[in-house]
Order: sequence, then C-alpha cells, then structure tokens
Amino acid sequence: MEEKEFTIITFSENSIGLLNRLTIIFTRRHLNIESLTVSESALHGIFKFTIVVKSTQSNIEKVVKQIEKVVDVLKAFYLCEDEIIYQEVALYKVPTEAVTQSNEIEMLVRKHNARILEITPDYTAIEKTGHKDETQQLFDDMKKFKVMQFTRSGRVAITKARRERLSEYLHKLDTEKLMVKED
Amino acid sequence: MSTKKISGSEAVVLSLLEEGVDTIFGYPGGAIMPVYDLLYDYQDKIKHILVRHEQGAVHAAQGYSRVSGNVGVCMVTSGPGATNVTTGLADAMLDSTPIICISGQVHAPLLGTDAFQETDVMGFSMPLTKWNIQVTKVEDIPGAIAKAFYIATTGRPGPVMIDITKDAQFNELDYAYEKCKDVRSYVPRPILKMDYVEKAAELINKAKKPLALVGQGVILSGAEKEMLAFIEKAGIPAAWTLLGASAIPTEHPLNVGMLGMHGNYGPNIKTNESDLLIALGMRFDDRVTGKVDTYGTMAKVVHFEIDPAEVNKNVQSEVAVIADIKETFEAILPLIEKQEREEWLNQFKNAYQYEYEKVIKDDLHPEKEGLTMGEVVRMVNEKMDGEAICITDVGQHQMVASRYFKFKNTRSLVTSGGLGTMGFGLPAAFGAQTALPDKPVVLFVGDGGIQMTIQELGTMAQNNAKVKIVLLNNNFLGMVRQWQDLFFDKRYSSTELINPDFITIAKGFGVEGNTVDTRDNLESSIDKMFKHDGPYLLEVKVEKEGNVFPMVPAGASVSDIRLD
Ligand SMILES: Cc1ncc(C[n+]2csc(CCOP(=O)(O)OP(=O)(O)O)c2C)c(N)n1
Repeated sequence: MEEKEFTIITFSENSIGLLNRLTIIFTRRHLNIESLTVSESALHGIFKFTIVVKSTQSNIEKVVKQIEKVVDVLKAFYLCEDEIIYQEVALYKVPTEAVTQSNEIEMLVRKHNARILEITPDYTAIEKTGHKDETQQLFDDMKKFKVMQFTRSGRVAITKARRERLSEYLHKLDTEKLMVKED
Repeated sequence: MSTKKISGSEAVVLSLLEEGVDTIFGYPGGAIMPVYDLLYDYQDKIKHILVRHEQGAVHAAQGYSRVSGNVGVCMVTSGPGATNVTTGLADAMLDSTPIICISGQVHAPLLGTDAFQETDVMGFSMPLTKWNIQVTKVEDIPGAIAKAFYIATTGRPGPVMIDITKDAQFNELDYAYEKCKDVRSYVPRPILKMDYVEKAAELINKAKKPLALVGQGVILSGAEKEMLAFIEKAGIPAAWTLLGASAIPTEHPLNVGMLGMHGNYGPNIKTNESDLLIALGMRFDDRVTGKVDTYGTMAKVVHFEIDPAEVNKNVQSEVAVIADIKETFEAILPLIEKQEREEWLNQFKNAYQYEYEKVIKDDLHPEKEGLTMGEVVRMVNEKMDGEAICITDVGQHQMVASRYFKFKNTRSLVTSGGLGTMGFGLPAAFGAQTALPDKPVVLFVGDGGIQMTIQELGTMAQNNAKVKIVLLNNNFLGMVRQWQDLFFDKRYSSTELINPDFITIAKGFGVEGNTVDTRDNLESSIDKMFKHDGPYLLEVKVEKEGNVFPMVPAGASVSDIRLD
C-alpha cells in the first residue's frame, strides 16, 4: 500500500508522561514523526496533539487504535491533507545589513506575505505562516543573504468537517457510560 | 465520608485492604521500607510473601491472578527492585493479566538527580503496562491505588505499575478511600451493537463449516458457560489457543484441540477448509495464524472482542462485535439456529485419528527406549483426572503439557504465552498454589527454565506451598535444539547443558525430590510425588533429542503443518 502523509489528532487528559506513551507507539512501528504540536485545546484541561506522519492507511488505522487504547486518551483520529486546514509558522533571522543593502528582502517579504517582527542594528527577524513548501521557499529565496537562523513549528490543524468529533465523543461518552451503569 | 490522619504507608496498606487484597508477593529495600514497616502491623490481614528475586514476585502475582481471577499484587523497592519486575510486566501485558506492582521511589526532591537507587520507573514501565503512575504527594495515594485497580481489572485486563516516592510514604494525609468507578477517557466496556450481533448470527447460521477459535477472552470475561451454550446450539467445533486452554473441557465433544504452531492437526488444517472462523476473545497471534496471507483462505471471519485495537489488526474480519464477550454470547444465543454439523465434526475426528497414529500414540504410549515428555503428562492425567492445575515454563515441555494435559475446569492452565518467558513457571506455580492452597498444582518445567528462577524453591519451602514440580530433563534447551535440528542442520550451538544435581539443590532448599529415568519406575515415582505433603521435585530424565510435533514451521502456512 502507498505511503501518504497523515495528520493524527489526539485529545487527551493532561497527564505526565502521556507524550512518552504516544511516541512509544510510533517508535515500536519504526515510524518517524514528521512534526508534533501539543497544546491545550478549546476545552479547558484537555490537550490536543497534532502529529504528522508518513505511512500507509492501514498502518495509520492500527496506530490510531493503539493511541485510543491509551487510558488517558479521550479521542484520536487521522485525517488526510484535504480534510484539514493547517498551518506552520517559520521564523527567520537575517543580518540587518542584508535588508538595508538592497530592497530584495523587502520584496521577498511582500511577495511571500511574510512580516517583519523586529529590527535591530545586527539582525532582522521575519515571520511567515504557511505550509512547509511555502516557508521553505522563502528560506531558499533568502539563502543568499546568509540566514543566521531558521526554524519551523510543528503543524497546527483544524478539520473541515461539520462534525466536531471531540464534543461528539464527550457527549457519547456520557450517554454510553450511563447506559453501562444502568444495566 | 469520614477521614483520619495517617501516614502514606498506612494509606497504601489500607487502600489495598479496601480492594480485597490479602496477599502480596514482594521484596523489601530502602525506598519501600516505610510500607514494609506498616505491613508488620497488618500481618493478620495481609500476608506478605518474601520471594527470592523480584522476578519471582511478579510471576507469582501473575500465577495467583491467572488461577483465581483476582488481582495479583507485588511490591518492590526502587532501582534494581523495580527493574527486576520488567519481564513480568511485559508478560502480564501480552497475556492480559491483571496485576499491580507497587515500587518505592527515592524522595521526590531527588527525582532526576541520579540519586542512590533512582531509576526512571515511569519511563521503562510505560510500554510494559496498561497504565502507570508516579505518586509524589501523599494525598494522591488512595486515588492512585483505586484507579490502578479499576484499570487493571476492567476491559481487557493488564498490569499497572504504581511508583511511590519515599517522602509520600512518610508524610501524613487525611485518609478516606473511594473505589474508582469511572475514568473519563477510558471506556472499558464498549456498548454492544445489536446490528453487528445480528449480522454475525446470520453468517454463523449460514455457515457450512464454521470453526470457533476460543481465546483467553472467554476466561477473562467468565463466559465459559455462555460459550458452551453458543457452540452447542450452533453445533460448532471449537479449537482453542494456548491461553484459551481449559475454557472448554478436554472431553467436550465439540473440543477439537489446540490451535497454532504445536497445536493439533485438525484445527490447523481445517482452518483453511472452514468457511467461517469465529474468533472468541483471541487476537490472531502469529503463533496461531502462521503466515497470515495463507490463513483462513476460504473463510470469512467473525470476531468477538473487547479490545477494538485487536479488530482487523492481524486478520481482517467480516463482522466484529466489540463488547464484553459474555454479553455478546447472551445477545447472540437467541438468534442462533440449532444445528448439528455431524459430517464437519467427523472430519475433525478423522484428523485426530490421523494425528493419533502419526504422533500421539508414540508420544503417550511409546515403545522406544527413552521416556517421552508425553507419557509423563499422560501418567499425571491418570492420577489427577483433570482436577489439577497445570503450570508450565517455556519450551518443548510447555507444548507437550498443553497438548496432552487433561482439563476439566477453567483456569487450569497457566503458561507464558505471549512473551514466552523462561523462568515463569516455578514462581507462577508458587503464586497459583498460594491462591488455591488446597488444589493440586503441577508444574512442568525444563532443565533450562528451572535454572532461571530456581531460587524460588526457597520461597516454596518457607511457605510450604505444595507444588508438584515435574522437571522434564533432556539436558538440552530442548525447543531451541529442536529448531537447530530442523532448520539449522543439527548444529547444536550452545544448547547442551551440563546440569547440576537438581535433587541435591532441591534438598538444599528444603524441598523433597527424586529422580526417575525408567518407564518401570515412572508410575511409582509419580505416586510418591503426589503422596508427599509439601513441595516436591520429581526429575524425569527424558529422551534427549525428542521433537514436538505437529509443527507449523515459523512463517509457513497452517496448511503446511508437519507431522514429522
Ligand atoms: C528468558 C528466555 N530466554 C530465552 C528463551 C528462548 N527459548 C525458548 S524455549 C528455550 C529452551 C527451553 O529449554 P528447557 O527449559 O530445557 O525446556 P525444553 O524445551 O527442553 O522443554 C529457549 C532458550 C526464552 N523463551 N525465554
């Protein structure tokens, strides 16, 4: 089966070591995590992991089931690229000299829809939000100006679908658990 | 809820009492000493059994749990005490055994400083446990223990590790205990979906050659009776996995034998003639399926399973009912049409007859010179008639014992299936005997495996656990030698053993014993063993180069099962 890029979204309790428990699942299958972002979700106390991996669909299905099996995980699901809206942030540090010598960097900033965060006599900090190929393109375009630092964040993503899986899940959980308790 | 002020250590002990624990297998050390100090006060309520090595404690807890269905508890100190239980945690994880291991840890402020006997217990136990927790605050102790018991015992059971820092054991808290009944993120009992049950029933009713695959899930769910009602009504031959052994009595007319690498000929060969495989609380381990691509080639698969992650993991199913299997049986029974599949069942009888002539006869009633493992198991059957609990270690004797031991009651085979842990047998037998002091417990063990945990003979002697140890000594790491024989041109690389005098060793530990090496003396030796009131080691010198058949070679199809 063909390998593709998948985004796995996982909602969990905020428990110590959970990240470790999740990465073990990938390590065991010899899967490389392409990017990882963790932060509190819209629901207070529930954390959201956004994990990007390349693998086959059937492998990903199994991985997601293993993730859901982790006691502190509320919900995990995977999405293909066309099912999500996603972004990454990149930061670039270039010598201010290069910015002032010509208007080339300024042109690039405009062209790439990037923005300047800070200018000091020594360096200028630039930010660009976009997909990996876009942030990479800006980096490549600025290479000749001797970029001093370049860093890119992990992916953040939201789903396009109407349904909100976490709240649906929490609702279902409440009702199902009630059903179990009743019998 | 009323509260009172007590130490963390006392909270540990009281919490365990709340969960009904009356036995702990363990080994003390610096970081767990406060709890041990409390155990001294509670000796009349909780029996602590001092093992000889922490691996012994965890395997004993497993044996205890496997025969009783209760949680096995073990307790160890930090650092080496904790690392010594890893094998047992991994074993319990693969074999879904509910055990709880409590380890002491260095004082919380010292965590991460490479303090004396500090080790990353959370880190190393994470992949080996269903859940683990480190408690650094005394007030978290009762809650952690309550949650641990809930998680270990519900859903698909498994091991839980609780690591408690020494300061948390010393400090005081307002103690109150409340059993855990719910963890928000955890759904141990998925809701049974009736439409899938209906679909499954339809497939089962239509099937011409259905074969039930009985796994440990049936035992863990306590659904043996319901399973029998189901297969009896549908007239389905039932084969069992190694861990599913004893869920169905040996003599049951629908019992067609063991699945897998050294299972019976019929169930293996018929797997690829069956038109419907009905997996009952089993997980299609590769030792059962052989080469997956050529497994169940003519069959659709119906899977009854509590763990969603097992569904479609190794074998794709047509219909899966994800629920506690007892509920599934109850729901499906009214939908099942009564059928008798005499012709299909007869095919299994014929297959058995064929296997009997080719393999079993010579195993159980040999005419050749050396003693076979099979005849020893047969002789034990004749004496016990299915009433004993069979414990095994890992290797050839394990396969022979599982194949030939006569099971009457459920939970009467305890063996390390998923991990295949040599050294498991002796401490597991001790744990089983501790849980059921009046039951005959027979351990079959090899000369290799017994030496991995032989020190637990001391524990048996100290506690007068009446385990009957049948050491099947072939002077080889037999199972590995068999593979060398069959697949490595008989190049016996590092598999021959020069063994100690086992009986002298046993006697040194205070365990009676005897050696037998002739057929003529076998029966009387076994009689003598069972007559002895206390632990006993019977060393049987068996043929050196016997091989276990049938065999599905690793990576081969179940259809390519070999009889010689
Ligand atoms: C801890 C451990 N180490 C190695 C193995 C690999 N192994 C499987 S069976 C076996 C031989 C067992 O020999 P013995 O205990 O004498 O039993 P026999 O096969 O002769 O019955 C070995 C080494 C294992 N299963 N477990």
